[in-house]
Amino acid sequence: MKIRVHVSLKPGVLDPQGRAVHHALEGLGFAGVDDVRVGRMIELDVANDTSDDALTEMCEKLLANTVIENYRIEKVG
Amino acid sequence: MSFRAAVITFPGSNCDRDMAVAIEKVSGTAPIRVWHGDAHLPEDLDFIALPGGFSYGDYLRSGAMAANSPIMRSVKRRAERGVPVLGVCNGFQVLTEAGLLPGALMRNAGQTFICRTVALTVENSQTLFTGGYDNGQTIRIPVAHHDGNYFADEDTLDRLEGEGRVAFRYAENCNGSRRDIAGVLNAAGNVLGMMPHPERAVDAAHGGTDGLALFENAVKALAEA
Repeated sequence: MKIRVHVSLKPGVLDPQGRAVHHALEGLGFAGVDDVRVGRMIELDVANDTSDDALTEMCEKLLANTVIENYRIEKVG
Repeated sequence: MSFRAAVITFPGSNCDRDMAVAIEKVSGTAPIRVWHGDAHLPEDLDFIALPGGFSYGDYLRSGAMAANSPIMRSVKRRAERGVPVLGVCNGFQVLTEAGLLPGALMRNAGQTFICRTVALTVENSQTLFTGGYDNGQTIRIPVAHHDGNYFADEDTLDRLEGEGRVAFRYAENCNGSRRDIAGVLNAAGNVLGMMPHPERAVDAAHGGTDGLALFENAVKALAEA
């Protein structure tokens, strides 16, 4: 089973990397970009019987730092 | 009585030797060097140090992989039993990722790696680590980090300040840290994490010796205990 875990900074947490990318986009002449946030996407290939609880635990214990990050688990199939 | 300290080395640690030299300089006893993959710490330790560096190449997040190293289970148990634990720079990041200290260390607000000596204000001199300083004293200690921007939510920051758990602040905020925080303690006061490197300020040849008092006080306090 293919899983994608999307990790993003929580709203309100300053994202200096996103801000730098935002400035670079403006420098390239792209107008109308209001905000940029940079996250991380992690692909997992797991046994088909892996439980939702186990996936959540993987995110909570290692893949995301819930002090500063949110995560979303996507089952790709 | 000899001072039994351990310095943990993770793959990618690069300040472990400096830390060991600083501890030996004040205690007279060379610390035991412990590899991250070891299952257990030596018995009867007086002090545990997690050094700076780039453990696991900062994969995933700074300190995230090291926080799950085999040796960290043992470090957590000792910390819970009251053994003093000092985490410097990457060691601070490891302690937050391991849940031994609150908050997280994020990318510097200015996006750049900062490597210079900065002024710190001692916020709480009533701890094992800071008893050799005065409240409000300014000390000069080197920093060298890319991810030193301390973050915690407002409630946590209020609690840390209210409980005297902010050990050091930057006199001038160099990395965007919330409330200028450079070092924090756990609730029991036996775990300190700080981004600046006290072990790089223990010899006149370093350009300053303001870090010496931290190690001296810990050794003295533990000898008296």
